[in-house]
Amino acid sequence: MRKQEFLDELQMKLSGLPRKDIEERIAFYSEILDDRIEEGYAEEDAVREIGSVDEIATQIIADTPFSKIAKERIRPKRRLSVGEIMLLTLGSPIWLSLLIAAFAVMLSLYVSLWSVVISLWAVFASLAVCLIGGVSACVVFIVGSNAASGVAMLATGIVCAGLSIFMFYGCKAVTSGILMLTKKMAIWLKNCFIKKEVAK
Amino acid sequence: MDIQLKRGLLDVCVLAAIKNEDSYGYKMIKDMKPYIELSESTLYTILKRLEAAAMLTVYTVEHGGRLRKYYHITNMGLQRIEDFKNEWREVMSIYRFVTKEERENA
Repeated sequence: MRKQEFLDELQMKLSGLPRKDIEERIAFYSEILDDRIEEGYAEEDAVREIGSVDEIATQIIADTPFSKIAKERIRPKRRLSVGEIMLLTLGSPIWLSLLIAAFAVMLSLYVSLWSVVISLWAVFASLAVCLIGGVSACVVFIVGSNAASGVAMLATGIVCAGLSIFMFYGCKAVTSGILMLTKKMAIWLKNCFIKKEVAK
Repeated sequence: MDIQLKRGLLDVCVLAAIKNEDSYGYKMIKDMKPYIELSESTLYTILKRLEAAAMLTVYTVEHGGRLRKYYHITNMGLQRIEDFKNEWREVMSIYRFVTKEERENA
């Protein structure tokens, strides 16, 4: 790939970021490519060594805060005419509620994901509490000279303790899994904004 | 390596690359290469962060009919390197403690 092709493709993949950011990035890569070529690299080799456009663009987008992308997307490219403003105002009951609905869906997705995590940890905690309860009940029964019930209570407590160990590792795995999922969701959301921009 | 730790270390690495003389992107990558491989996009992010933290300043020089950005370390940047050296002594002594048994058994 030639240098200019690389830069053009990168610029296209990044459209959706603020223009100033894109220009700075492009200037940065352009300078490094020129420096490599000046040192004796063939143009194609210099571009190959710098990595694929897709990888670079993905990393840049992941590094850019979501608020920056959203702000850039929402900002109109030109001044709105009076008619457009009127339409926007009149249409606000529709698009505003749709927007709120979209946010609500995303929010509920997050909440439901995290409530799974919370409830799993709650089960873990209650199992651990059962151990304490079992042991104290055992002591109470034995003091009250009901040894059989005491032993049963102790056994129940120990079973709960065993289960809680399994629960702990399960909870840990689920938590890190969901953490990764929410990160992926954030990247996917960012890409949604940027892809629309490219399609225009 | 732990991401937070690595980020801090790379910051110091980049500062060290411009400690003695001002430098530009490609030269920094080349100078660091025998020690650490740094991708261009990682370098960009670090330079931006260091600039925002006032540890370096940027200026443009014309070179062979095009522009090249040079990076100059500030006093704060130099201070960061000194802090790192002091912190590192502590880290090294922790490391020695952690690996004490291995060395005794060897």
